[in-house]
Amino acid sequence: MNKKQIFRRLAQIVIVLIGISFITFLLTYLSPGDPVRNMFSATGVMPTEELVQQTRDELGLNDPFLTQYARWLTNCLHGDFGKSYSLNKPVVDLLAARLLPTLKLTLMSLVLMLIMAVPLGVASALHKDSFIDYVCRAVTFVGCAMPNFWVGLLLMLLLCVKIQIFPVIASGGDFKSLFLPALTLAIAMASKYTRQVRTAVLEELNQDYVIGAEARGVKRSTIIWKNVFPNALLPLITMLGLSIGSLLGGTSVVEVIFSYPGLGNLAVTAITSSDYNLIQGYVLWMALIYMVINLIVDASYVYIDPRMRLKR
Amino acid sequence: MKKTLKFLREHKQFTFFAFLAFLIILAAIFAPLLTGGADPLKGSLTDALEAPSKAHIFGTDKMGRDIYTRVIYGARASLTSTFGVVLLIFLVGSVIGVIAGYFGGVVDAVLMRIADMMLAFPGLVLALAVAGVMGASIRNAIIAIVAVNWTKYARLARSLVMKIRDRDYVSAAVVTGSKTPYMLLRYMLPNALPTLIITAATDVGGMMLEIAALSFLGFGAKPPTPEWGYMLNEGRACMQSAPWMMLYPGLAIFIVVVVFNMLGDSIRDILDPRSE
Amino acid sequence: MLKIDNVTISYKKVPAVLDFSLDMKPGQIISLVGESGSGKTTVIRAVLGLLAGGGAITKGDILFDGESLLSKTPEQWRSLRGSDISMIFQDSGAMMNPTRKIGSVFTEYLQTHEKISRKDAWAKGEEMLRKMRLPSPDNVMGSYPFQLSGGMRQRVGIAMAMTYQPRLLLADEPTSALDVTTQAQIVRQMMELRDTYGTGIIVVTHNLGVAAYMSDYIVVMKNGHIEDQGDRDHILHHSENEYTRTLLSAVPSMEREQGGEKDV
Repeated sequence: MNKKQIFRRLAQIVIVLIGISFITFLLTYLSPGDPVRNMFSATGVMPTEELVQQTRDELGLNDPFLTQYARWLTNCLHGDFGKSYSLNKPVVDLLAARLLPTLKLTLMSLVLMLIMAVPLGVASALHKDSFIDYVCRAVTFVGCAMPNFWVGLLLMLLLCVKIQIFPVIASGGDFKSLFLPALTLAIAMASKYTRQVRTAVLEELNQDYVIGAEARGVKRSTIIWKNVFPNALLPLITMLGLSIGSLLGGTSVVEVIFSYPGLGNLAVTAITSSDYNLIQGYVLWMALIYMVINLIVDASYVYIDPRMRLKR
Repeated sequence: MKKTLKFLREHKQFTFFAFLAFLIILAAIFAPLLTGGADPLKGSLTDALEAPSKAHIFGTDKMGRDIYTRVIYGARASLTSTFGVVLLIFLVGSVIGVIAGYFGGVVDAVLMRIADMMLAFPGLVLALAVAGVMGASIRNAIIAIVAVNWTKYARLARSLVMKIRDRDYVSAAVVTGSKTPYMLLRYMLPNALPTLIITAATDVGGMMLEIAALSFLGFGAKPPTPEWGYMLNEGRACMQSAPWMMLYPGLAIFIVVVVFNMLGDSIRDILDPRSE
Repeated sequence: MLKIDNVTISYKKVPAVLDFSLDMKPGQIISLVGESGSGKTTVIRAVLGLLAGGGAITKGDILFDGESLLSKTPEQWRSLRGSDISMIFQDSGAMMNPTRKIGSVFTEYLQTHEKISRKDAWAKGEEMLRKMRLPSPDNVMGSYPFQLSGGMRQRVGIAMAMTYQPRLLLADEPTSALDVTTQAQIVRQMMELRDTYGTGIIVVTHNLGVAAYMSDYIVVMKNGHIEDQGDRDHILHHSENEYTRTLLSAVPSMEREQGGEKDV
């Protein structure tokens, strides 16, 4: 990917972001709840009708739709996503505070997932149609069919309630509270990745260069570990990038189960309390992060694979 | 009839899992018979949080309701919403994809940019936002999931249609004056259909998991309706005292998803023998 | 040197080559000619012990220097490959890992067969390319396979295969992917190998023209069995076999064959 392509992608991201901001704004604009009443009920005040109207005027909620949207977008571009009604703090601060825990959770779960998926997938491919392969395939199949929140609950039941080696509420920032949520996410992903690794390794094993190396007398172990294995992992990089993106925004379920103080948990809180500013900010941020990560992954892929780098 | 029997005998995997799926659907329809007329919504507080026993084989929840009854009735909500979602994304996605692929140009560009926007939301984010903003209900959860997932079908249908759009027989039909709606129905849709059906069949399990996830978070079925995802949510609160509350609904989701995934795989094997 | 004794090769119980025999002397050049699917590639793959998916020798034996290859351990057979017996392919570039440089592939190969440091192996590879008269060997070593032209890739393949001066070189359609000029270069280079190093060569080709130009002995294969065989002269001019005659009549022009006639 050269500079021109990267530039084009950046332009695309901007356009998509504007579209997304429009969708999210429209969504909250059309929503049945009244933000002003929500705001008051969050503070425990029963407002009079006049007070509601006055506040609406103050907040500009009586302006035409496009005016409201333009004002909101301008503020967003200045980094001002408004104030969260329910938590009474600037949206940006809330999001920033939750980003790091979720990032930790994401990376930890990816590491755990790779520890499970790569050896299993490789073993499954190298011993295709053997006992190991069938066991791996059965396990990944089961893994794909288990709801991840159920896996989380089962792990919790087993390790926190029955054996009590982990805390039930994972709100601390230490390794122990990070481990179980990460493991839950990793188990769900590992099934998908094990299959992917297996297919990728099998595909690589069928490449002509394997026969070429064998004809040169190169040892089987060298062929597998120095040629097939690294090549098979290349396509995983794209998948990993997508996973990082979706994990950052999509860990809500697991974060809620373990009461983990991450972005997903914040989003659920925002939604249950109809905190529209917070929802909008969250959605926009997630979309932005997701797209930027994808861009970085695509760009870096070019530097890792010489075929992409050197071919016109 | 003979042909059907022969087909079923030749595709044993399909037959087996179709039979299981059929049983699950029957269980949902005839839930009152299976549960001996017990009420899934009512229980007596004196029976609350009872461990599994002869009277309540899966135990009871904190309102004293029979979990077995609720799990069986829960199949209704899960199955109808899942089939609803799959049917809707299938229809919406295919129609948009076929239109984008057939007309190309501006129509295509606009529709595909919208699809891009949907894809820019990671995981459940958009579904959460939609469900959250519109309020918690099964209907809204379905709309939210459809809004996120139609793009896959649209892209698929589009690429399939574009592949055959420029074939000779299609141009010939256009030249001889075939009308656009006729072209779409006669040539474009049938061509894209098998692949789309395979995708839909393999998607059933995944969609069921997404709906359950939304319900689990409280953005789907509203209590006291028995629904597996929400039952797990209730079970989570009583995990220490009544682990059976989360065990059985989860098991129900798991089994149903396994059956439908296997069924989807065998449908794919029958319709598309090339892929592994 | 190489004796293939009444060999039958099957893929999943279906025979692909039936009762194939061949006796090869050192320094001989033999061509296996036939249409695709005639089993000619299967024969040389079997000599290397590299039959693809589910292939197996179900009858007969292959002797190299009087020793049965089939009774060797996989490890013994492997160490023969690339040292005593080498192979070049239709596109030798495609037979190298596309994500590694030629030099890296070459080094890996050299380090398999001798104890040598990475640096020395790199130098030795470069030297080998120079010996085979490749232009700017250091550049070639630093390139990825896909960056080279088809002819260059093929010559790199030959250079690798010749590193340990094998007594037997197996060539699977070595010129089929090349344009005519390059074809001639490669064919001439292979013939030089025999003259310089005394390498015996088995060429598998569907191109009877190439076979006629370079080989001493020609085996015509059809549907997995030997249809016809004999000295070059016999096959080209005196064969009674109908199939051979059809193949011959399909060769567009035999000018090259005339050129080769002089040194017979």
